[in-house]
Amino acid sequence: MQQLGGEQPGLAVNPASPSYTERKGWRDAWRQIKRDRFLYALAAIPLLYFIIFRYLPMVGVIIAFQDYDPFLGITDFFRLDRFVGFKHLRNFFDSIFFWNVMRNTVVISLYKLVFGFPVPIILALLINEVRIHLFQRTVQTISYLPHFFSMVVAAGIVRAMLTPQGGLLNQLVVALGGEPKAYLTDPDLFRSIIVTMDIWQHAGWNSIIFLAAMATINPEMYEAAAMDGANRFQRMWHVTLPSISFAIVIILIFRIGGMLDAGFEQILLLYSPSVFSVSDIIDTYVYRVGLIGRQYSFAAAVGLFKSVLALALMYMANKISQKLGQEGLW
Amino acid sequence: MKYSLGEKLFDWLNVIFLTLLTLIFLLPFLSVVSTSLISGKEYALRGLFILYPQKPVITAYELLLGQGSLVWTSLGVSLGRVTVGTGLNLLLTFPLAYVLSKRNLYGRVPITMFIFFTMLFHGGLIPNFVLVEKLHLLDSFWSMILPPLINPWWLLIMRNFMLAIPDELEEAAIMDGANPLTVLLRVYLPLSMPVIATIGLWYAVMHWNSWFDAAIYLNTSSKFPLQLVLRGILDFGTGQYGDASGLAEMTELIDPPPAESLKAAMIVVTTAPILMIYPFIQRYFVQGIMLGSIKG
Repeated sequence: MQQLGGEQPGLAVNPASPSYTERKGWRDAWRQIKRDRFLYALAAIPLLYFIIFRYLPMVGVIIAFQDYDPFLGITDFFRLDRFVGFKHLRNFFDSIFFWNVMRNTVVISLYKLVFGFPVPIILALLINEVRIHLFQRTVQTISYLPHFFSMVVAAGIVRAMLTPQGGLLNQLVVALGGEPKAYLTDPDLFRSIIVTMDIWQHAGWNSIIFLAAMATINPEMYEAAAMDGANRFQRMWHVTLPSISFAIVIILIFRIGGMLDAGFEQILLLYSPSVFSVSDIIDTYVYRVGLIGRQYSFAAAVGLFKSVLALALMYMANKISQKLGQEGLW
Repeated sequence: MKYSLGEKLFDWLNVIFLTLLTLIFLLPFLSVVSTSLISGKEYALRGLFILYPQKPVITAYELLLGQGSLVWTSLGVSLGRVTVGTGLNLLLTFPLAYVLSKRNLYGRVPITMFIFFTMLFHGGLIPNFVLVEKLHLLDSFWSMILPPLINPWWLLIMRNFMLAIPDELEEAAIMDGANPLTVLLRVYLPLSMPVIATIGLWYAVMHWNSWFDAAIYLNTSSKFPLQLVLRGILDFGTGQYGDASGLAEMTELIDPPPAESLKAAMIVVTTAPILMIYPFIQRYFVQGIMLGSIKG
């Protein structure tokens, strides 16, 4: 989820807190519910939203085990004779697309991680060393900007850069004596473009959390290090980096947990049949087969496969984070 | 503190490096802006790689924003989506966040889990599409408003903020004879304004920037939001404009802008509102990240 939210809000509910009411049987529970009826009334419509728009689709995944027909009524969802078991999942595993979309999803995610993850940290380290406050603020403000562009705008800018019809990059190449080229349709370059664009769009924004962690470092630690004769690099290496290492590890773990989201909208807006072999990820495949090809059940099965795998990955990420002594996500 | 020569050198190199980096961040967008101002003649002569046009023209903008253009209709849709959408988002998110911040509410933990689970697992694209179809929301404005009504992450961030408001304030208000609604509106609402402003902005930018839901749910072009019209224009072949955008009359122009300029101008038009408010809202977004890292 490359959303604007950023950090994990966390869900730690402390049952030992003194205001937590002990439950003493149903009668007491009923008394509490009656007392707080206003609160339950407030929560009713928002919770109804969760039931309809978040939980009904989870029930809807049963079409992954049926031969769904969009013209059937709602009750037909639950008719036993419509169930076909794991047919669609098996078909997916057996299809030539399976390994292609799995490989692309994982490889693109890994590239984004390997090349994209260190950039915000380095950026934060450099910004943190700037002593002119106004300059620091300006660099930050400008580096966040691409994060606020919509994916259509960002993809449009990238296309404008790369078009053989006089795009910035091609003109540069021509000026240096090269041949203009259609970069976006070149399978050798597509992933690099996706990764570079990802860094351009989010590196500045992702540096915020590291800068925030650096802001909490006690200045006396730097002074003590300076007294001991540490130079700037040594202070960055021995004071700043260790102080933010927890933030680094936690964000890294959850990035790995979210690995199956390789950038659906971004790829959908930039890819084309000539680069499907290196760019078709699970999400784009589901979209094409399901909504364009109208194979609802098959696409729902592929989508379910991804959702389950993503849940397992996130669960593991959380477990590791807890092992490392962090609170974890839940 | 006196800085050594090496330190000063480091500072200078750092500033130079960051300046260059900032320019690289900006350059793609600046080049799009300059492309949008190129005339057909200049394009034929010099190509697009011009940091600034010699004779900037605004024909591309005149064309896009001319009478009867789909751009105006879609701008209306987008503004409607942002206002109605964000309003309803907050109307539902705020009360639920308030309820979940009540530490002694019976069933608070299971209700929170119920919401939290939706962050980890979802039905996926196809079941969501089938749901919108079955609710008869296809090709309706509401297909962009109802499915993203509450973002669970942002809901929990708001709740975390409200958890920090001391209970004594509520107790004092009840002592003074306030009813639960008054407590909510007179005590919690004013105190929660910072988080409401932040999350409201997140929702607003989300609505402004969204396009995929509109792309799969809407069919009628007069109902399209701006982002979707932009996407349509970007998908034009080069050299001709296509007829999907209501821009057919442009052939009457004496010096029609190149297709690339038209695309660039549309990118600028779509981004302009964000750019105009960006300096003022940026601070709230950064604050929000800090809010998010406070654990409840």
